Amino acid sequence: MKTLNAIRFIFPGISLNEHTARAVVSAFLVQTDPTVEELADIRTAVSEAVTNAVVHGYRHNDGDVELCIKLLADREIYIRIKDKGCGISDIEKAMEPLYTTAPHEERSGLGFAVMQSFMDSVRVRSKPGEGTTVTMRKKLRSIPCRSN
Amino acid sequence: MPVTLETQNSQLIALLSGELDHHSIRTIREDIDTAVSEQQPSTLILDFHNVTFMDSSGIGLILGRCKIMGGIGGTTTVRNPPPHIKRILRLSGIERLARIEMKPIETEESQ
Repeated sequence: MKTLNAIRFIFPGISLNEHTARAVVSAFLVQTDPTVEELADIRTAVSEAVTNAVVHGYRHNDGDVELCIKLLADREIYIRIKDKGCGISDIEKAMEPLYTTAPHEERSGLGFAVMQSFMDSVRVRSKPGEGTTVTMRKKLRSIPCRSN
Repeated sequence: MPVTLETQNSQLIALLSGELDHHSIRTIREDIDTAVSEQQPSTLILDFHNVTFMDSSGIGLILGRCKIMGGIGGTTTVRNPPPHIKRILRLSGIERLARIEMKPIETEESQ
C-alpha cells in the first residue's frame, strides 16, 4: 500500500522515553487532523507497546526501541514497535488479558488487550533471545471535503 | 507535581495530574502509600480530573491501592475520570474493586 509519509524514531528503551514516544506519535499525527479519541487511542496503544519493551523486553539488558509510523492511503495509520530484547516464548499466553509475568510490580496484564481494543489490528512477532515486534494498524475517520 | 494529597476527615484525596504511565506513577505510588500508612484513611479517593493521559499502568496503580486499602479495611474511589480513561477502566473491570464516581467540579464561584 502506498506510503504517504513515514518516520522512524530510535531511542533507548528506558521508561522516560515512554512519554517521548507518545509525543513523537502526536507530532506525526497532527497532519492527519485526528479526533481527540483517535489520537488518544493511538497514543495509548503506542504507550502500551513501548512500556512492554521497556519493562519486559529490556528487563535484563539495555537496548534500543524502534518506533516506525506510516501514514498510508485512505487515512490508515501503520505503527511498528520493535525491540531486540528477551522476546516472548508464548505469545498467545502473553496476549491473554490479565496475564502478566510481573504482578509484583503492579503490572495489570492489560497491555495487549488495550492495544487490541484501541487499534483495528495488532500483530506480534517474537523470538526468545532476539526480540519482539508489534505491528498495529488503525484507519482514521474520513474527513469531509474542505472548502480551501 | 504529579500528585497532591489532601486529607478530609478520614478520607485521603490524591489529586493526580498530567500523564500517568509506567514511568511517572513510580513516585505517585510512593507518595500515596506513605500517606496511607501514616494516616490509615477509611477511603482513598484517586481524583483523575486533571489527568491528561493514562495507559494500563494506571490500572496497576489503582489495583495496587485497592489491595492496600482493603488490607486496612478501607475502600478506594476513582473520581472524575475523563472519557478516554473511563474506556480503559471499563476494559479492566476495575469497577468490581473500586467505586467510580462522577462528582461535579467545584468552581471558584461556587465555593
